[in-house]
Amino acid sequence: MLHLRVAEPMRECEYSQISTRSSTPMETPYKKRTPKRRKWQAFPGRNKFYCNGRIMMARQTGVFYLTLVLILVTSGLFFAFDCPFLSLQLTPAIPVIGGVLFVFVLGTLFRTSFSDPGVLPRATPDEAADLERQIDVANGSSSGYRPPPRTREVVINGQTVKLKYCFTCKIFRPPRASHCSLCDNCVERFDHHCPWVGNCVGKRNYRFFYMFILSLSCLTIFIFAFVITHVILRSHRYGFLNTLKDSPASVLEVVVCFFSVWSIVGLSGFHTYLISSNQTTNEDIKGSWSSKRGKGNYNPYSYGNIFTNCCAALCGPLPPSLIDRRGFVQSDTPHPIPPTNGTTMYGSTQSQSHMAAATPLLQSEPVILTDEAFLPGRTSLGGSCSGALPLGGHPTPPTSTPNLSCDNDMLPLRNEQSDGLRHHHTDGCHHHFLTPEEAPSPPGMLPCVSPLGHSHTIQGFYNPASQDSLHEDSVRGLVKLSSV
Amino acid sequence: LPPQFHNLQELRQSPSLATKVFIQRDYSEGTVCRFQTKFPSELGSRIERMLFEDTVKTLNTYYAEAEKVGGQSYMEGCLACATAYFIFLCMETRYEKVLKKISGYIQEQNEKIYAPRGLLLTDPVERGMRVIEVSVFEDRGSSGSSPSSNVSSGISQR
Repeated sequence: MLHLRVAEPMRECEYSQISTRSSTPMETPYKKRTPKRRKWQAFPGRNKFYCNGRIMMARQTGVFYLTLVLILVTSGLFFAFDCPFLSLQLTPAIPVIGGVLFVFVLGTLFRTSFSDPGVLPRATPDEAADLERQIDVANGSSSGYRPPPRTREVVINGQTVKLKYCFTCKIFRPPRASHCSLCDNCVERFDHHCPWVGNCVGKRNYRFFYMFILSLSCLTIFIFAFVITHVILRSHRYGFLNTLKDSPASVLEVVVCFFSVWSIVGLSGFHTYLISSNQTTNEDIKGSWSSKRGKGNYNPYSYGNIFTNCCAALCGPLPPSLIDRRGFVQSDTPHPIPPTNGTTMYGSTQSQSHMAAATPLLQSEPVILTDEAFLPGRTSLGGSCSGALPLGGHPTPPTSTPNLSCDNDMLPLRNEQSDGLRHHHTDGCHHHFLTPEEAPSPPGMLPCVSPLGHSHTIQGFYNPASQDSLHEDSVRGLVKLSSV
Repeated sequence: LPPQFHNLQELRQSPSLATKVFIQRDYSEGTVCRFQTKFPSELGSRIERMLFEDTVKTLNTYYAEAEKVGGQSYMEGCLACATAYFIFLCMETRYEKVLKKISGYIQEQNEKIYAPRGLLLTDPVERGMRVIEVSVFEDRGSSGSSPSSNVSSGISQR
């Protein structure tokens, strides 16, 4: 794979080496033969996709089906058993209003469950390398394998906010973003992961979630009230026991609604409070803007008054999805010359600028390895988990605890049952299923996958065999040395 | 600067990419989409400061327009809510419309200003709205200074 044409000037030699790693005429025919894949098929997070990428959910969807069944069965029983009597005795508006509420509940539920909550795509290798460089420069030459915690401070509306670095996604998280350990994604304006809707709740689907729980509260109260009315009216006429005999479903409906009312209405009230103060569940639980933290602590995102906060959350613009699920994977984007990157890494990791020493090669190599090891969709090094993880040697303490945020409705999910629907896991990303107690984004998360034979053109930069790239790195380094 | 690349197409296919410069987000005004207007030193020799800052400022204006919480966004939000959000299945949101405008603007800027100077802007939406990626291509006509020394000198200036 190396083309060491020594007769040409050294600069030419470097570029011909680069061309082996990017798409060359030799490699392009190979790439053209591989079928075009959609980006959702190469998605690095732990999500499930349906309908060719149009629908996106979390991995565990069992509780979502429970929610759906509860709503459908209870409403169905209401329309079948209670509505005929009520529409005759009282008014036909009852089933109509019930029907409208029911459609609204299902519509908002599907919107919440199936849409992208605001997932931040992971950094491209170039971005990640650039960030690494900046961090190394900021920290001076990093001594050994314990890098300082990576944070950036930014002042927002007079309040100092810390931006944390996500080791999984290799980005500095924007303010209010958080990494969901269940879905293994960074989500913008992360609220919580809701198993009842089978998805994270974030910037893009928070309003749908809120309208869902609000309309579900209304529907629950509506059904509860009118089933009770039905039972009372019928009991006046036919007696209580006869009523129960004629309409046994009513008992079930009352029981379901009674328990639902307390939880759903409570949740609606809680989220109404959150919206009016422009906080997320995550922030509220952590007490980020609580005055207990300090006198000068306030929420920099709040608009000041309740009405504006509500309008901004519910009627603000809806940003589009950043992950482009149905787009096709591009494999021919050129990427910067590795020796240049290598050079800059040399320059930044070493105080001395000359490259004659052999140690720069060794120090920068693990960095390259780590980048490659975390490339989504790519095999890890020959199946064995990457041993050299200088960046991840000592992870920072869990930056966020998204699992805590869903304590409203979090059930311990351990079941791995497959639902009958077709789902696609991303290739090469069979992470260990992290229990919620584990760190959200452990850099030492070892993608111990078996090498996959196909499609490493996901990022399009690297050859399938990582061993070759290792050899290339070392030879490139040697060539660099000789060129000085 | 003598124009090295007349054709944007040629730039896109050229493998002689020297480096990439990333313009990061500016979060000082909260979570609204804004990019830092600070001129990166790596581009110092390739493009005039004013031109670059104009581009970034125009992009920031576009994003502010997309994310404005005002009359039109309220109407869109209320209408969508009234239809149980089914209307999103057939209607394009205002944000999406502005993003299309932005990508047209970036294409135009690339053709007119950046490609002739051996640079290429990548639409931030393709990078998760995190960065404006500026690809710096190897200046074939230049002699002496290699891109690696440019970048490392850029780093030391940070």
